[in-house]
Amino acid sequence: MKVVLQNLTKKFPGRNKKSRDEVTAVDHFNFEIPNGKLIGLLGPSGCGKSTALNLLCGLLKPTEGRIFFGEDDVTNLPAENRGVGMVFQNYALYPHLTVLQNITFPLENLKGEAKLTKEEMQRKAYEVAKLVQIEELMERKPSELSGGQQQRVAIARALVKMPRILLMDEPLSNLDARLRLQTREEIRRIQRETKITTIFVTHDQEEAMSISDMIVVMKDGAIQQIGKPQQVYDDPVNLFVAKFLGTPPINVFRGRVQSGQLYIGQEAVLNLQNVPDQELHVGIRPEGFVLQTDGPLSCKLDEVEVMGRDITVVSRHEESENTDIRSIISAENAADVAGDTVRFALKPAKVLLFHKETQERIYFETI
Amino acid sequence: MDKKNLKGWLYLLPAILFLGLFMVYPLIDVFIYSFEEGYNSASQTYYGVGLYNYSYVLHDPYFLQAVKNTFILVIFTVPISTGIALLISVGLSSIKKLKELFQTIYFLPYVTNTLAVGLVFMILFKKTPYTDGLVNLVINWFGGNSVDFIDGPYWAKMFVLCFYTVWVVLPFKILILTSALASVKQDYYNAAQVDGTSKWRIFTRITLPMISPMLFYLIITGFIGAFKAYSDAVALFGTNLNTAEMNTIVGYIYDMLYGNSGGYPSYASAAAIILFTIVLTITCINLLVSKKHVHYE
Repeated sequence: MKVVLQNLTKKFPGRNKKSRDEVTAVDHFNFEIPNGKLIGLLGPSGCGKSTALNLLCGLLKPTEGRIFFGEDDVTNLPAENRGVGMVFQNYALYPHLTVLQNITFPLENLKGEAKLTKEEMQRKAYEVAKLVQIEELMERKPSELSGGQQQRVAIARALVKMPRILLMDEPLSNLDARLRLQTREEIRRIQRETKITTIFVTHDQEEAMSISDMIVVMKDGAIQQIGKPQQVYDDPVNLFVAKFLGTPPINVFRGRVQSGQLYIGQEAVLNLQNVPDQELHVGIRPEGFVLQTDGPLSCKLDEVEVMGRDITVVSRHEESENTDIRSIISAENAADVAGDTVRFALKPAKVLLFHKETQERIYFETI
Repeated sequence: MDKKNLKGWLYLLPAILFLGLFMVYPLIDVFIYSFEEGYNSASQTYYGVGLYNYSYVLHDPYFLQAVKNTFILVIFTVPISTGIALLISVGLSSIKKLKELFQTIYFLPYVTNTLAVGLVFMILFKKTPYTDGLVNLVINWFGGNSVDFIDGPYWAKMFVLCFYTVWVVLPFKILILTSALASVKQDYYNAAQVDGTSKWRIFTRITLPMISPMLFYLIITGFIGAFKAYSDAVALFGTNLNTAEMNTIVGYIYDMLYGNSGGYPSYASAAAIILFTIVLTITCINLLVSKKHVHYE
């Protein structure tokens, strides 16, 4: 089922005593989610991503705009008639029901022709339990399950009625680091097997990048960029998106362009074309640095972190906006690092320029 | 016994001491009195030991009347008051505007004195040579005949007593249930709503089980409270309850001790033990039933 959002807006009345202004949590969303894809809604906390999810599932009514599931306009349809499955951040499993009862709960709500017999419900529940691998836990109560198991039950409960779309609110935030890695692969697998259009919300860019077919980066209720994870990473439209994606984060310098040369401090680091003279932000991805004894960019060396496969060179520069500069260099070149100063050459494709005021991307060509 | 254990017992000691002295010892004493025939508290003497006290009490028409009254009171007021309290609490938790105001209004009877409320009920229900009372006015309005609720037929008096009891116990139950309802997380309701659950099913399958421990607490204390009712009847019908046919078991015990026909601590003790047995049995039944229906997290 494809999902189309048109001009979707949600405003909340101001609660602040000082200003009664409305708060816009979701600001004119326009995008189309193709059928059967896994979409990550990504942004810092408070950017409106959970509100967007609640609008999709119908728990909130939009102030403006429309939502379509396939060709159906569901904007005014209440949550119970939308046929969405939702996995809540803290799972919201009914504590007084067993796992089996939790999973069959949505099926018992079906009315009319869709009504199922007890055997059919059980069969469906076991089918979906098998998919998320919890068949041997069916008689337990939620309090007797681990976090990861509860998560699976929540997914099973959301999937059992074969929803048109599946929504997940921070599905991994309550799990420990190891389980998180495992569960996100699991979510990917389940989504691939069921082919249900899935939208999940997260503030963890790594999580979103690793499993999504498409990510939507949000800030202050507005969409910043939509695209495939790699594409958004390589080609961010503004400084916010560039900073938000990637670990370690992008290194940002104060720089300027002067007659076809990009300067960081007094050093001309790159030749470029088509960029008028101006001051700007220079973003360099950690993998964009090349160790080179006569490289144009010189930094004060802090330390070298050896990770085995590659090394991280931590250094400082006066014009850097981050406190330290992290560059990832393949381990073979580690021997080159010595002394107080380290010199880098830059890979042009990993250098991103942003306007000083608007922070929008400035595109350039190298000679 | 290790040191930690000792410390625990030390902390418990004052409570155990006082409870033992003022609760357990008297209870045992009452139990003993109930078998001592013709016990005289002034001279501390008795004629013999046996079951005569029980036999006397169980054959006393006043006691049987009191048992009947108490049971009627319990059977009607506990379910009705709990049901109404649940209804009002659900209503209260689903409104937003003026919620605090209504909560305060519903809680007012709780902080009002029982006897004062009784007085108001007298004014509402009592028939005097000058006026038939407010309730009769309403009955007349609908074309009915005046009923004397305070000195009239048994069913009318019983109705007033039940009405009054429900009214008095309601606020506390509403208070408890409103806070129980507020403690149910919104997420459960959201999850149920997304899954297309009807309002009624949400109430029976989610809300009720979630607040069942509190509901159960109210039912148990409600039963015990109703079995021990006395002041309510006094507030409405005065101290001469036997003549009014409105006595309760506790009222009977009081009368046996201090009333006009009083001075029989043996009979009073026997009646008290019978009441104790009844309450204990009912509470045990309650506990057994609750095992199946109450969900503790």
